[in-house]
Amino acid sequence: MSEIASHVAPPLPAAADKFKFYGLWAGAAAALLLLPQIFTSGGSLTTFSLIGISIIFSLSYNILLGQTGMLSFGHAVYYGLGGFLAIHAINIITANKLPIPLPLVPLIGGLTGLFFAALLGWVSTKRSGTAFAMISLGVAELIASSALILRTFFGGEAGISANRTKLLRLFGWSFGPQIQIYYLVAAWTLIAVIAMYALTRTPLGRMCNAVRDNPERVQFVGYNPHTVRYLAFCFSGFFAGIAGALAAINFEIANSAYLGAVQSGTVLFATYIGGVGFFIGPIVGAIFVTFLSLGLSDLTPVWQLYFGLIFIAVVVFAPGGITGLLMMHRPLLKAGTLTQMLPSYLMALVPTLAMIVGLILSIETIVHYTVNPGDDSHIKAFGVSFDAASPTIWAMAAILLIGGFGVARKTWTWVGHAWDGATSVAREKGIAA
Amino acid sequence: MSAAIELCGVEKRFGEIAIIRNINLSVAQGERHALIGPNGAGKSTTFNLISGYMAPSSGSVLMRGEKISGLPPYQINRRGLSRSFQVTNVFANMSVWENLRCAVLWSSGQRYAFWKNIDRLPEVRERTAQILEDINLTARRDVPAGLLTYAEQRALEIGITVAGGADVILLDEPTAGMSHAETERAVALIRRLTEGRTLLIVEHDMSVVFGLADRISVLVYGQIIASGTPEEIRGNPKVREAYLGEEAA
Amino acid sequence: MLELIVISTLNGILFGMLLFLMASGLTVIFSMLGVLNFAHASFYMLGAFFGFQISRWLGFWPALVIAPLLAGAIGAGVERFGLRRVHKNGHVAELLFTFGLAFVIEEVVQIIWGKSPVDFRVPPLLDFPAFTIFSTNYPAYKMFMLLVSIVIFAGLLIVLKKTRIGLIVQAALTHPHMVGHLGHNVGRIFMLVFGVGTALAAVAGVIAGPALVTQSNMAGLLGPILFVVVVVGGLGSLPGAFVASLLIGLVQTFAVSMNGSLAGAFGPLSPDYASTWLSDIWGVTIAQIAPIMPYLLLVLILIFRPMGLLGTRDT
Repeated sequence: MSEIASHVAPPLPAAADKFKFYGLWAGAAAALLLLPQIFTSGGSLTTFSLIGISIIFSLSYNILLGQTGMLSFGHAVYYGLGGFLAIHAINIITANKLPIPLPLVPLIGGLTGLFFAALLGWVSTKRSGTAFAMISLGVAELIASSALILRTFFGGEAGISANRTKLLRLFGWSFGPQIQIYYLVAAWTLIAVIAMYALTRTPLGRMCNAVRDNPERVQFVGYNPHTVRYLAFCFSGFFAGIAGALAAINFEIANSAYLGAVQSGTVLFATYIGGVGFFIGPIVGAIFVTFLSLGLSDLTPVWQLYFGLIFIAVVVFAPGGITGLLMMHRPLLKAGTLTQMLPSYLMALVPTLAMIVGLILSIETIVHYTVNPGDDSHIKAFGVSFDAASPTIWAMAAILLIGGFGVARKTWTWVGHAWDGATSVAREKGIAA
Repeated sequence: MSAAIELCGVEKRFGEIAIIRNINLSVAQGERHALIGPNGAGKSTTFNLISGYMAPSSGSVLMRGEKISGLPPYQINRRGLSRSFQVTNVFANMSVWENLRCAVLWSSGQRYAFWKNIDRLPEVRERTAQILEDINLTARRDVPAGLLTYAEQRALEIGITVAGGADVILLDEPTAGMSHAETERAVALIRRLTEGRTLLIVEHDMSVVFGLADRISVLVYGQIIASGTPEEIRGNPKVREAYLGEEAA
Repeated sequence: MLELIVISTLNGILFGMLLFLMASGLTVIFSMLGVLNFAHASFYMLGAFFGFQISRWLGFWPALVIAPLLAGAIGAGVERFGLRRVHKNGHVAELLFTFGLAFVIEEVVQIIWGKSPVDFRVPPLLDFPAFTIFSTNYPAYKMFMLLVSIVIFAGLLIVLKKTRIGLIVQAALTHPHMVGHLGHNVGRIFMLVFGVGTALAAVAGVIAGPALVTQSNMAGLLGPILFVVVVVGGLGSLPGAFVASLLIGLVQTFAVSMNGSLAGAFGPLSPDYASTWLSDIWGVTIAQIAPIMPYLLLVLILIFRPMGLLGTRDT
């Protein structure tokens, strides 16, 4: 290395850093291995499998949104097609007794996603920004509607199913039990996460960021932004296809819902709520949203409404998502001023929670009167029973909602002041930029 | 030897209005050429036409004898022409280091490589470090470009422009909005970085123009009214009337 | 055949005008605020449901006025208290905000009115056949729909050409970057434009409600077609939106009424292929692929005219 690079360029990672870095991945692998030992029930294994699939899917989505700045409303197309091809592949492999074991099937799904992304991507990525978003939506509608027409291939409303246990066995694994599926998903999740992380650190990965920041200038440093967007789109389709194939293997079925708008919306929610600005954001989002959708549906019949409200709240108040919120605090933690924030946070938390409780009470009461007006008014939401017909409850809901809102507004300005104080200290210490 | 840049009868119309009316301009290889003229004369449009940001309505732009007008900007850039922007145009969320590295990548032959670790490319690292030191932003290496001061952003703008090693450099008002001291530093920087290359520069500051340029062209209302050495331009009555006269008055 | 052509043309123009009622608001909002309102079709749906509810209480005619005003007020509120806050986070956040809003509106409508279609009837005053062509009775209500859309279309033209606000909107359409320099009351104008735009969508909802199906999925069904219209016409181009609305209205209506298929044209497929996916393509009628026509058109336009029919703006 020359003189100049050694003292001007960012230092290359030292041995200790490398050790930490690889240790992190090894730790993740170990955690994935050990998880089923701690949570042994079939239900939690299914949940973990769903989370793994969702992590791959969300990260693949973030190649578009977070890395390249492309907002897609139709990412489920590549997920769904990967799933359908995986099911067809399993059936063909079984029928012809081909020597292909199940763990390789997700690769078929990935290649399917790649193929269709390569096919539809060139047209889709001609435009960026809002136009791209609308085009992705149109292409998704095109594929989803076509799927209902091509009944032989997509199986109409019912979808098509397969038996995953009849393929060539490796080490005597039939992939019948959920635990074996869990390990299959976990292994693919680890591979895909590492691959997508590596992609961010390549010349293409960095040019994706450049296209996100300023597609105009990219043209004047020799790159065609359309090509960059297209390649990002292809990679994104590939990993989405892997996720779709894993989902199809997990459920042993693929149907038109895999390709649909709801699926596309869910991955957008998960990625954005987790945070698009950091690599780990979509992972956090996938875990959070999977738990949320599984958990909320048990707690309240109108869980999708809450889902939408949470999403709007994140867009308005925390555009960096959960990870963005946490990462904001890193400079404070380093500067040791995080504790300054705690009192104001606690003060803001109380009225905010009161407001949320009031909102939930109001929503559930209204739901009682509009959805099941004839039923018993003693309802249960979020595990709490109350009488939706009681004026006391109405008054309580109103007071909590309006009062909570008024007080919360005030307390959040205090949080703002405390924040300014804490960051200015951090800045003096030279930590925050 | 053919000229580094040659404009032959270039016109640019927006609807009915002709912004550029029949420009003929030739910039020799290795020359430092300044383009001056009053506001609205079409200087930035001329840059946009040369760099491929816009296509001329008629006429053609040649680079070393080959026609480049009609090509997209990235292809013109790959042929060795690079430009800066009047309004700072950097990758705001990326660090100074990342900004410069992106500008180095194509000319280092990395293209759209997705199989190489970007931190393990010695040539890219080397060249990025060199540019970083050249523009004196070493201390600000890891700061996001959007958080730099104005003068720093202007320096980064020039750095991105020259980083790719293009031998024809177009700078659009590189010292606009700078203090006197900052301007002096910027001029020294430009002089150093464009050593041995062809430079076409749009500039309002006459001390910069007459200090830097080998030749000057004067653009008024979309037409070049004079072209020559600084002395010739200083002595040209047409120029004095149309342009320098205003300055002096 | 002639009958089919006349009826389909009428229906196509009607559907196209309805689309334009929505697309015009969407385009003006996009040009001025720079944000594509993903929830635009949701305001169309709100118009239909408000119209349904108010016509139950007060009758159809009051509903025709009150429902759009109500939806427009909600739209203005969304701009004032939602979009304006999100604006500083960039266009992606704004688009996502309206996306979340569309999702929430659909949920709320489902909670209040349920998932199945509501019984929104044509008012008795208009419930008669306007005229009979060949053997088909053409309902008066459809003529009324056409009339309302044309009146609003004319009204819009006058507002655009003759009023101060109209001039500002026109300026925004041609020079979107200048909108920021409009002066101190720019916030009020944004709110007004958003309110009027969503109210127009709601008008479409009220008049379409009785003729089409008023159901909680109507926004989800129409929304994507609406976005196809604005992209095909060219984002930010009002004449483009008009041409594309009529084009898509006509294409879709004509496709629905055609029963041709490859099998019909070239005879049945050899039985060897009967169980393969080829038979799906062979047997599908044009009517069956009508729903995907707008999207096919979108892809074609993108290949040959990426900026849209009359578009000049790159996002």
